[in-house]
Amino acid sequence: MVVALVGNPNTGKTALFNALTGFHRHVANYPGVTVELARGPIRDANAPIELLDLPGTYSLAAQSPDEAIVCHTLCGHAADTAPAAIIATIDASNPARNLYLVSQLLELGLPVVIALNMIDIARRRGLEVDAARLSARLGVPVVPVVAVEPATVTPLVRALEQTLAAPTPPTVRVPLPPPLAEATRALTAAVPDLRPGEAVRLLVDRAGWLRRAFGPRDTLDAALAAARQRLDRDGIDAATAEVRARYAWVDGVLDGVVRRTPPVGDTWTARIDRVVTHPVGGGVTLLCVLYAVFYAIYQGAAPLMAGLEQLFGWAGAGVAAVVPPGPLQSLLVDGVIAGVGAVVGFLPQILILFLALALLEDCGYMARAAFMVDRLMRPLGLSGRAFIPLLSSFACAVPAILGTRAIADRRERFITILIAPFMSCSARLPVYVLLIGAFVPPTAYLGGWLRLDALVMIAMYLVGVIVAIPVAFLLRHSAFRGPPAGFLLEMPTYKRPRARAVAQRVLHAGRSFLVRAGTIILLVNVVVWALGYFPRSAATQAAVDAQRLAQGWDDATYEAELAGAYLRDSYLGRLGRGLEPVLAPLHWDWRIGIGVLASFPAREVIVATLSTICNLGPEDDAQSASLRARLAELKWDGTDRPLFTLPVALSLMVFFALCAQCVSTLVVIGRETGSWAWPVVSFVGMTTIAYAGAWATGAAARAAGG
Amino acid sequence: MSLARVPSATRCRIVAVRGGHRIPYRLMEMGLVEGAEVEVVRRAPLGDPLQVRLGDYELALRESDAELIDVTEI
Ligand SMILES: Nc1nc2c(ncn2[C@@H]2O[C@H](COP(=O)(O)OP(=O)(O)OP(=O)(O)O)[C@@H](O)[C@H]2O)c(=O)[nH]1
Ligand SMILES: [Mg+2]
Repeated sequence: MVVALVGNPNTGKTALFNALTGFHRHVANYPGVTVELARGPIRDANAPIELLDLPGTYSLAAQSPDEAIVCHTLCGHAADTAPAAIIATIDASNPARNLYLVSQLLELGLPVVIALNMIDIARRRGLEVDAARLSARLGVPVVPVVAVEPATVTPLVRALEQTLAAPTPPTVRVPLPPPLAEATRALTAAVPDLRPGEAVRLLVDRAGWLRRAFGPRDTLDAALAAARQRLDRDGIDAATAEVRARYAWVDGVLDGVVRRTPPVGDTWTARIDRVVTHPVGGGVTLLCVLYAVFYAIYQGAAPLMAGLEQLFGWAGAGVAAVVPPGPLQSLLVDGVIAGVGAVVGFLPQILILFLALALLEDCGYMARAAFMVDRLMRPLGLSGRAFIPLLSSFACAVPAILGTRAIADRRERFITILIAPFMSCSARLPVYVLLIGAFVPPTAYLGGWLRLDALVMIAMYLVGVIVAIPVAFLLRHSAFRGPPAGFLLEMPTYKRPRARAVAQRVLHAGRSFLVRAGTIILLVNVVVWALGYFPRSAATQAAVDAQRLAQGWDDATYEAELAGAYLRDSYLGRLGRGLEPVLAPLHWDWRIGIGVLASFPAREVIVATLSTICNLGPEDDAQSASLRARLAELKWDGTDRPLFTLPVALSLMVFFALCAQCVSTLVVIGRETGSWAWPVVSFVGMTTIAYAGAWATGAAARAAGG
Repeated sequence: MSLARVPSATRCRIVAVRGGHRIPYRLMEMGLVEGAEVEVVRRAPLGDPLQVRLGDYELALRESDAELIDVTEI
């Protein structure tokens, strides 16, 4: 039996879901965070009850895909999840707007149980909702809970069980204006299989979100058109008439149910807002927050990273001691351990970034950031709403693109989706960290407050932003011309971030990164290793043997030359050398080329590939030298000229900042835009921009004498 | 008087919501309907959007939307 959890955004549905199921989910204090349906069984129920966590919505009149999901599911159009009952969460500190949605839910013919949530917050703000009275007026159970304290939800489970044992749909109805009521009756009579309450939803559904669920149906279309025509003739705008009728009803229901004792002085939220949205203080706060996040990522993670690197070094040495030299040893040490180790080493940074984002979202600051930057986003045809997906895109573009479902305006949503991958996601971070660590000196300025490596890191994050601006502008004036998108955003009260919810989210992010590192990246890495190890022909060895005789090399030189020759003649080497004409303007050699090729599935693979390439290539004491040191020692083939100079490192970083080397992102773009043309456009466009950017960066750095 | 012209920290009541399509509808669903109490809390650092207290909660909306809402002081 499925029970749906429905409510306004940010009313604690996910927190309640976690409390009821003991199954933790992403919980965040920003309207519209749940974008995919999560399910789980209720923990202490006597009968098996499956709970469905729906995205937050202010109304069943869908205006975005997110809201369409809710209406579809509740009307039973999503076949396997047709719910048997609804738990409506309402925020006790804001009863009126929450009851607006409830008034729509009560008409769907499904039993409803109301979870009156956040009574702790309401009480602190001097609001007391009389649950018993509200329950009597609505004719459904109303159970006060504090979703973040799981002990408080037991009465809700009992109430739900009672309701499910004797399911009775609520009978209260909002009195609609007579012409509207008449139109819904006529529609219901003409299309008998409409669910209760669905007629009015269809009538006001101008964009056709709900209509789509019925497939082609001539009787339905005819009845709808007739009903709308009648309303037009009576001069009734169905949508606004419905809203007015419902809010009038809500006023009546709440009369005598809510007791307000206005708190003395300002609330904490008002005090904090005065600082963080202040004309000067607000901008300063925003910049400080952003700098602090990136500083923490870069500084805080260093010791952990060094530890992990060492751990994998030992593992490699341990395996090398046990497994005899040959293809198997090389596969394990150079392919598997070195590759995964190189990627896992960046876990600390990713965890810190997700920790920061989770804290900012959960406490409520993100909505303030959106409020402040809305004006800035407007010339791009975007709104402050796009800021949150774009900001989370700094962690990962995939959840960010999913998060754009909360953007109602289609054009704004598509532009946001297409520029989100320009934001420097956590997968680029390993590339930056590796190359900055190896080639940018940690020169300190202003007594250690500013450091060159940190500044270059910030510059890398800015590159994507700076390029995204003209791209968004271009899209706005070509494929997505049209009226500007609006901006309407609830400003939630500040809440203390919940340690468990935040920890859960960070761990989830870490785990999914590791799973990626463990599967797709490992796979690619082994393939790259194989391409770089084979064919290992006798001809190559014979040629090097002949040179050895001619030049009188000692053993060490011979070994190094042989390894280099094997790599050059490998399949991967051939592929990379085939690319050299394209790479020459960038001053990249074939080894960088194969790194770029091999990182198509995911950007962070470049690090693993570079480490494989270094291990395969000539080694001097390579076991102990770190990847950074070994990179710095790479030379152009047959010369003493170092391959990686500062300009090359910078251009490679810029390339990775702008390219679309991430299969998951491309797949999600395809899914969310409903067309495979957009991922192709995105890949081709971004790769071209990345190439141009890399070339320009390298050229500029060389001109500056770097 | 339109909500966009009201100085901050003035308590007002909505008397009319003007305009035809979509956007005012969404504004109304958020609770900006005739009879509701509103108060402009502040403007964003760049002058727009507005932060508005509406009944028991706060909401950010653009000046162009606030133009559509007529209020009287209370
Ligand atoms: N103090 C307090 N905080 C709560 C309560 N319920 C939820 N919260 C907090 O409110 C915020 C929002 O909770 P979520 O569970 O993410 O809300 P949601 O309804 O799932 O939000 P969307 O999925 O974005 O629609 C989180 O910071 C929670 O920790 C409560 O009863 N009391
Ligand atoms: Mg949620």
